[in-house]
Amino acid sequence: MYTAPLQALIDELGRLPGVGPKSAQRMAFHLLKVAPEDALRLTEAITAVKERTTLCPVCFNVAEGDLCDMCADTRRDPSLVCVVEDPRDIVAVEKTQEFRGCYHVLHGALNPIEGIGPDQLRVRELLTRLDGDAITEVILCTNPNLEGEATAMYLARLLRPLGVRITRIASGLPVGGDLEYADELTLGRALEGRRDVEA
Amino acid sequence: MTLYRDEGVVLRTMRLGEADRIVTVVTRGHGKVRAVAKGVRKTKSKFGGRLEPLSHVALQCWAGRELDIVTEAVVLDAFRSVREDLSRVTKAYTLLEVVDQVAQEGHRNPRLYEMLVGALKVLDDQDVPLLVASFLLKMLAAEGSAPFLEACVSCGSAGPLVAFDQVEGGALCASCRRGRSVSPEGLALLRRILGGGLSSALLEPAGPLADEVTELAAEAMEAHLDRRLRSVRSNPAG
Repeated sequence: MYTAPLQALIDELGRLPGVGPKSAQRMAFHLLKVAPEDALRLTEAITAVKERTTLCPVCFNVAEGDLCDMCADTRRDPSLVCVVEDPRDIVAVEKTQEFRGCYHVLHGALNPIEGIGPDQLRVRELLTRLDGDAITEVILCTNPNLEGEATAMYLARLLRPLGVRITRIASGLPVGGDLEYADELTLGRALEGRRDVEA
Repeated sequence: MTLYRDEGVVLRTMRLGEADRIVTVVTRGHGKVRAVAKGVRKTKSKFGGRLEPLSHVALQCWAGRELDIVTEAVVLDAFRSVREDLSRVTKAYTLLEVVDQVAQEGHRNPRLYEMLVGALKVLDDQDVPLLVASFLLKMLAAEGSAPFLEACVSCGSAGPLVAFDQVEGGALCASCRRGRSVSPEGLALLRRILGGGLSSALLEPAGPLADEVTELAAEAMEAHLDRRLRSVRSNPAG
């Protein structure tokens, strides 16, 4: 329909998640119109992310160079490891500004129906890490859904013999939420995990 | 577009877009339903944890052309003891996977639904070693593919029966043997499960016999579905 380079661009953009043919067309025409340096910045960013990023050999977070920013930061406490499913979860935890330890990214969660078992996750690497480093606490920070809970239970069982402290993030009501709309499971856990109020 | 209400068990969920999920639910009156739960991945979603796999829920949905839309969900049973035990949750995964394979969209099958809810209730009470095997065999029977165990399925001789082959459709004698070998105790247990001795069979302890029967039942179901059961093959609790 369009001239070959334009059509190729539309096709490539259309392969991005959430981008349909019409959106792809709109983006392509936008790129056609903008100043060359703006469009080239995009190509450079794509090239950079593909060429310069790797997975951190320690925690498997996305890294530029050898170690990721978290593992390279000497102010962080290496004895505290927060296990997450995805690199995006690190950003979510970091935003809380409550955590000053290190991370471990599993790159997924156990999902027997999809055929994802422990071998598809970075579980063995976590074990190796616990073997060598002086880690005192592992925080299981997987999603509070069926897959995440199963992963946390699996890891807890696997790590318990190693003698480190294993904790699971608390589960309860979101700030600004409404009790009336809370589901039974969440509210039940919130009650279970209640704590004394400091007067 | 019409609104309908039904009860069902959430079999699986699939991410859709930024914050939505497609939930697959086996219902009492509408067969297998695929519906969009909007905003369910947000922390402040009105659905919260209600539409997680395994939840037994009462639903209200808009019937759409391709996918329905969940408008309300109330939990009937969250099977909390199952969720909080790795060994039980692994068993539950197998039940959900098999029901997802057998149930058809738009084809009501109340018996299948009742069987699943019943099995999950049993599992919520206690971790029954033979639950998966019993469920798979009973489902094969309900599908009309129960293995034939009374005599050799190939030559009809009374036995002794030493092998089991689901492609043949049951147990085989020494001269017709094919498939895998089966112990006399395993065969007796299979007969009990299929022949009205289910409640006593469910009391059998875990061990090599339970493992053998579970393996046989899984293979029989895989042959029936012509597909591997992933949840049986990647068992994290095993």
